[in-house]
Amino acid sequence: MKLYTKDHEWIAIDGDVATVGITTYAQEQLGDVVFVELPDVGKQLSKGGEAAVVESVKAASEVYAPLDGEVVEANAKLADDPGLVNLEPETGGWFVKMKLPAGTDTSELMDEAAYEAFVQTL
Amino acid sequence: MSADPTVLETPLAVSHAALGARMVPFAGYLMPVQYPTGIIAEHQWVREHAGLFDVSHMGQGALVGPDHATTAKALERLVPADALGLEPGRQRYTQLLNDEGGILDDLMFSREVGADGRILLVVNAACKAADWAHIAAHLPANVTLETYDDRALVALQGPAAEDVLAALGADVATMRFMDVAAHTIAGVPMLISRSGYTGEDGFEISVAACDVVRLWDLLLQDERVKPIGLGARDSLRLEGGLCLYGHDIDTTTSPIEGGLAWSIQKRRRKEGGFPGAARIQRELAEGPSRMRVGLLVAGRQPAREGADIATKDGAIVGRVTSGGFGPTTEGPVAMGYVPLTLAQPGTDLDLLVRGKALPARVVALPFVPARFRR
Repeated sequence: MKLYTKDHEWIAIDGDVATVGITTYAQEQLGDVVFVELPDVGKQLSKGGEAAVVESVKAASEVYAPLDGEVVEANAKLADDPGLVNLEPETGGWFVKMKLPAGTDTSELMDEAAYEAFVQTL
Repeated sequence: MSADPTVLETPLAVSHAALGARMVPFAGYLMPVQYPTGIIAEHQWVREHAGLFDVSHMGQGALVGPDHATTAKALERLVPADALGLEPGRQRYTQLLNDEGGILDDLMFSREVGADGRILLVVNAACKAADWAHIAAHLPANVTLETYDDRALVALQGPAAEDVLAALGADVATMRFMDVAAHTIAGVPMLISRSGYTGEDGFEISVAACDVVRLWDLLLQDERVKPIGLGARDSLRLEGGLCLYGHDIDTTTSPIEGGLAWSIQKRRRKEGGFPGAARIQRELAEGPSRMRVGLLVAGRQPAREGADIATKDGAIVGRVTSGGFGPTTEGPVAMGYVPLTLAQPGTDLDLLVRGKALPARVVALPFVPARFRR
């Protein structure tokens, strides 16, 4: 199940583990990504709180956690190849995997159709 | 186009839209920050070929007096450069100073051949209204300020720029860096200077606003030329070690602190007679208390404007005034002010970014060697 936030993160949930990244729209707005600051494994992320910082040539932008969870993996490939965020934002350019607590409520997140409709309004 | 009536557009607004530019407000104008290929590709294109920039938001004007000496002396009351000694067909860089020797703006001034008594000015967009008011308020009765809101300005920068203009019939090969000359392309008269803001060889072209779209389209027909936005303009000038007004220099910094002593010629250093001369002459003799330096940052994480500069002992000694990722240096680069004792190339410092200390070394500017045709 893949869901989206209004801040242009995506979250793909598989059982109790979710993969988080930024959307194609977000990377287009950022432009060339030159650095991604990722959280350490074990860090507790809280919904709406900072999960990562993505740096383009122009500016630094925060990436927010779509849900509460504990970081179980950060995408090591982004250290050497931050441009993956531009090339494969919704696949190889993922940021973190996080473990979700039981009973996580995803009702505030958008599905793909809702997110696409949202982007059309921007 | 712009929905906000207070935001101005340049005469090239329709061209930018047709090229798919992303437009952002800058200094009161809606300006292209990048075109679809993106900042890094645009930056590299300028370093390797030729990039075309719309800089029509900048302020163009002229001081007009009865003869060169009168006009030059009027300008010299406001800036520390030698205007009197400026030869016809030459351009210089200088700064408008306040009474404390702080910088109100930086600007180019030039003297067109055959226009005795007229000194052309190009000032920053964000400062132009204040600059014109300041200049006009300090002129003698026989020198007047003209401002040219009906003129556009484009820059063609990069190693192919000379050949591109030559192919259009403008014989610019004999021009040296900071030369200024009138040329005509396809019947359009223009004033070309061999200068720019990228560290590359290149030209800035002043043309009537009503002719600029024609010139822009002609230049873009050459496959060596691509349009370049403000994003790459900023990364190019940062690698070139060039100051951005309001960031690297401002009313609190003197030209000496800013590393701009080269722009104050010998006669002016000796004679003074410009605002803040006492401070500037003292700093020239004794050294300023702080200096703008280049900072080469280890790793890949950029340190941006506002980041604290610290010694290895953790003492905060300065602040980054410009910083980002250098597409040509392939790593983060920054500039900032540090005490003179820490300004020597090779000094190891830290830049503090989100609680992390990024190791940085003071280096001589520019980060990328300039390729001007001197």
